[in-house]
Amino acid sequence: MTSQTFRVHVDPEKCQGHNRCYSVSPDLFDLDDLGMSSAVGDGLVPAKLTGQARLAVDNCPEQAISLTEVKP
Amino acid sequence: MTNRHPPVENWATDFDHVDPVWAADPYPIWEELRQRCPVAHSDRYGGTWLPVTHELVSEVAYDTEHFTSRSIVVSERRPGPEDLPAPIGVSPPISSDPPYHGLIRRMLLPAFTPKPVDALEPFTRQLCRDLLAETEGKTSFDAATEYAGHIPVQVIARFLGFPETDAHLFRGFIRTVLEEVDRPAEEREAMFEELDGYMDVQIADHRAHPRDDLTSFLIDAEIAGSKLSEEHIRGTMTLLMIAGIDTTWSAIGASLWHLARHPADRRRLAAEPELMTTAVEEFLRAYAPVTMARLVAKDFDFHGHPFKEGDWLLLPFPAANRDPAVFENPGQVQLDRAKNRHAAFGLGRHRCLGSNLARMELRVALEEWLARYPDFELSDPAAVTWAGGQVRGPRTLPVSILGGPAA
Repeated sequence: MTSQTFRVHVDPEKCQGHNRCYSVSPDLFDLDDLGMSSAVGDGLVPAKLTGQARLAVDNCPEQAISLTEVKP
Repeated sequence: MTNRHPPVENWATDFDHVDPVWAADPYPIWEELRQRCPVAHSDRYGGTWLPVTHELVSEVAYDTEHFTSRSIVVSERRPGPEDLPAPIGVSPPISSDPPYHGLIRRMLLPAFTPKPVDALEPFTRQLCRDLLAETEGKTSFDAATEYAGHIPVQVIARFLGFPETDAHLFRGFIRTVLEEVDRPAEEREAMFEELDGYMDVQIADHRAHPRDDLTSFLIDAEIAGSKLSEEHIRGTMTLLMIAGIDTTWSAIGASLWHLARHPADRRRLAAEPELMTTAVEEFLRAYAPVTMARLVAKDFDFHGHPFKEGDWLLLPFPAANRDPAVFENPGQVQLDRAKNRHAAFGLGRHRCLGSNLARMELRVALEEWLARYPDFELSDPAAVTWAGGQVRGPRTLPVSILGGPAA
């Protein structure tokens, strides 16, 4: 098992508030008063939530979410 | 289905979204057009375009320079000088263009976030249980008119603060706006006057007796320090009523239609309730009810097609959801589909405002149905009817309950 670390990011220009990511992972995403999403905290994904982060990417209709590896 | 228009013979050059063939099963039509066109044209409604791939549907949805949302229901009547002008349009914000669109949408968004929507869940669940209780003792009934149809009507009536007892009126208004689009323009105008009259009565009542609902919210709302105009309030209320009812009715009905015909899916969903989240998204993808529309804002060349200012364009999100370039086995319903970027609620700045509400209603409606009737089938498949036009879903759905209600 490699110990890759990922960071999740929501592009605020692309997010339209579908809330699909929030439904997949309320631990990784936060909604503002308008229902627009952003990554919780600094976006670092705990290893056990990597699967949820990928699902969020794969289910965002606006393709607003990106997952990038954080180099150690 | 009404037949004021002649039957379609060539879908690439003469399509009509109220044609009974389209209403009954549009998927083979879109599949054929994806291969033949993929932008079809029809002279009907004074000139209408139809792109059918996910790529082209997305392109139009994101392009607010060449397309206006000033009218989003294709009919014989285009917006005239008596209608609210762009960028507000007849039913803001769905009919509005940026930048004004963003202002009025921001005003409404907080009312549709998960928190206020979740607050309506207990009401919705009790409503579903009560509706199902009324089917007690019946071995067959119409799931569209006796169950699915009542759910969004009552939820929206509560949301807007309209009398529950007026629910029967809403159906007529919706038929006017969404289904009878092939009526002559003068007839449609008379029908709209009745709807406007109803809204005026509700607004007056809320002015006299303010309460905690969306109508009072709109009356109190301000944009840049100014109250909304009477036409603006009425237009938004009309939008919320029209957009919130047939759409969700269609989604609930189409999901039940699927489950009635697929025993394996029905049993799996009843046995594995944790699949409900992905199942709801998959039903929304496969049976997305809503096709949007735009007006071409200025003459331009769209991938080799001469788009002219004022042409209609149908924006078929349901066709985008069946595009094999984006979805694996798009014609197959997979309750656990993990990758599902469906566009059932649209794409871009006009993303359906009520998507959280619709999802909650669909989920609760299916949960309560399956809890009571885990096993059921169509009692007469030939008797199932589908609404045509821009909101497609079953309007007659006779089902037989198998093995009696759940204990």
